[in-house]
Amino acid sequence: MIKFRTLAAILMLASPAWVFAAGAGVPLDKANIDPTNKESLQRGARLFVNYCLGCHAAGLMRYERIGKDLGIDEKLVSENLMFTGGKIGDLMTVATAPKDAKAYFGTVPPDLSVIARSRGVDWLYTYMRSFYRDDSKIIGVNNLVFPDVGMPHVLWELQGWQEPVITTVKDDEGIKSKAITLELVEPGLLEPHEYDRAVRDLVNFLDYMGEPAKYERRELGVKVIMFLVFFLAIAYLMKRDYWKDVH
Amino acid sequence: MAGNTSEKWQGGLLGWIDARFPLSSMWNDHLAKYYAPKNFNFWYYFGSLALLVLVMQIVTGIWLTMNYKPDAALAFNSVEYIMRDVNWGWLIRYMHSTGASFFFIVVYLHMFRALLYGSYQKPRELIWIFGVIIYLCLMAEAFMGYLLPWGQMSYWGAQVIINLFGAIPWVGESIAIWIRGDYVVADATLNRFFAFHVIALPIVLLALVVLHILALHEVGSNNPDGIDIKKNKDENGIPRDGIPFHPYYTVKDIVGVIVFLIFFSLVVFFAPEMGGYFIEHNNFIPADPLKTPEHIAPLWYFTPFYAILRAVPSIGGSAFPGVLAMFLSILVLFFLPWLDRSPVKSIRYRGNLYKGALTLFIISFIVLGWLGMEQPSPVKTFIAQVCTAVYFAFFLLMPIYTKMDKTKPVPDRVTS
Repeated sequence: MIKFRTLAAILMLASPAWVFAAGAGVPLDKANIDPTNKESLQRGARLFVNYCLGCHAAGLMRYERIGKDLGIDEKLVSENLMFTGGKIGDLMTVATAPKDAKAYFGTVPPDLSVIARSRGVDWLYTYMRSFYRDDSKIIGVNNLVFPDVGMPHVLWELQGWQEPVITTVKDDEGIKSKAITLELVEPGLLEPHEYDRAVRDLVNFLDYMGEPAKYERRELGVKVIMFLVFFLAIAYLMKRDYWKDVH
Repeated sequence: MAGNTSEKWQGGLLGWIDARFPLSSMWNDHLAKYYAPKNFNFWYYFGSLALLVLVMQIVTGIWLTMNYKPDAALAFNSVEYIMRDVNWGWLIRYMHSTGASFFFIVVYLHMFRALLYGSYQKPRELIWIFGVIIYLCLMAEAFMGYLLPWGQMSYWGAQVIINLFGAIPWVGESIAIWIRGDYVVADATLNRFFAFHVIALPIVLLALVVLHILALHEVGSNNPDGIDIKKNKDENGIPRDGIPFHPYYTVKDIVGVIVFLIFFSLVVFFAPEMGGYFIEHNNFIPADPLKTPEHIAPLWYFTPFYAILRAVPSIGGSAFPGVLAMFLSILVLFFLPWLDRSPVKSIRYRGNLYKGALTLFIISFIVLGWLGMEQPSPVKTFIAQVCTAVYFAFFLLMPIYTKMDKTKPVPDRVTS
């Protein structure tokens, strides 16, 4: 019997194996984002440029597009979203040099342009709410969804600090296992439900950024399908007419 | 008077062309006087739909190449550039990525039709063989095209498939390096795959499609009854059960095309990723030769064969038996016209043996497709082995069970 891992080992060249830290087994909370809510997207954009863009680029996204899609005036975009100057048509690149970033965090923070498409919105929503204090780590924090993550808890001032509560649970067959839940021990600027909303806004924005044309795509899709259904009726009538004499 | 002159002029122009190029005779041979059986059913839409998808892939592909950069450092971002900054780029790209999956859906249904109505049987063996070569070409085309977005799945999928060649004893590793042009999948691989994907394979595909259709029009179309309509002609030499392809089947196929486009548009506009089956989530991570994804699965249209590959045990640490089984599972298709010994073509007049065999075959093919996407476990590997056995038994035992099968008498004229 051939095992996948053995096969993979045979088939792939020996390259340093690095497994995506997925934090298997952590149930993800539903993000429940609303892509049509422009206010939520605008708040998300503000959070993104204030908290994320310092280290993470969104190098495939242009400021101008955000303004256009989220209904923000160009002047407001350059005043409120662009901290480093530049032109409105610029890509959202990051000032930190990759070499420095690697020295600070051990790895270059990934570009977040399409992160919502690879990770999914539920993962992002849960991840941003699952940081906890862990003194065994150099950066002093850890994450339930992404264990041993290199990223500090950037939104700590909003959320406050969580600490893990380890409980032992028994499943139906009586097998004991450890369950970790997080408890807020030091409140932040926001109430927990406000923080959840802020993360939802941020994730909503990340989702928008992953595919800016999504809204336009669905709108056009409705029109295209309506046209096709109408055309189908005509084509069917034409077929029926032509086929009258076929028995 | 005016009508008369214009008619004269048209006839004159057509006459002028016909004296130099067989325009009218081609039109008549392949459309206006090509007599197709009048009893085509649902399954007969997929040939013309395959042609439609081919044209769509070529047209969207041409527009994609206008902005795509076949360079390991630029490819990933150039695809996102198309998605964001190119006018209607997202639509062209989604039509192309969805078109790839729909091409296989249509082709699989088209091939299933052949199994249902014995369309590969004498005198249509060459049509079938051209078709299988088209299918092989299509697999190569899809595989090479999937590398171009240069995401993690593009990269590692290509790495795994190319390494299959590495499993061939003695010469394998040299062949793998020869295909890649490097020791790992790299810029050289991307560039040559681009060349094959946009020039070499499309030309071969188009040529094969022409051969496929020419061979079909030489012997005439089969039909759900598997009756040769040319055996019953009227006084003008026209098959009594035949109707001209144009206008009858052109107007009928337009209906099929629109229904197809509705399904196609539902995916393009509302679910272009199709839950990760048409565009994998991990392919939104740029290719990284140093990070092997935990789970590498090919796209859905390859998974039945991938499951066969994994189902066959390795010998002495070599995965070669599995690789061999995978290639054989496709090669065996070529022999189908000679494996089938049934005196009748259509499933309508075949006995229960063939009906049962075909049902088992389809079930195992679908189950293999599902297993190919899953992480293997002992139980799943066992199921894959059973399905692989059924897959091969369907072909290898065919000479026996089709001969033993109790067939029904075939009527003289097509039924409606």
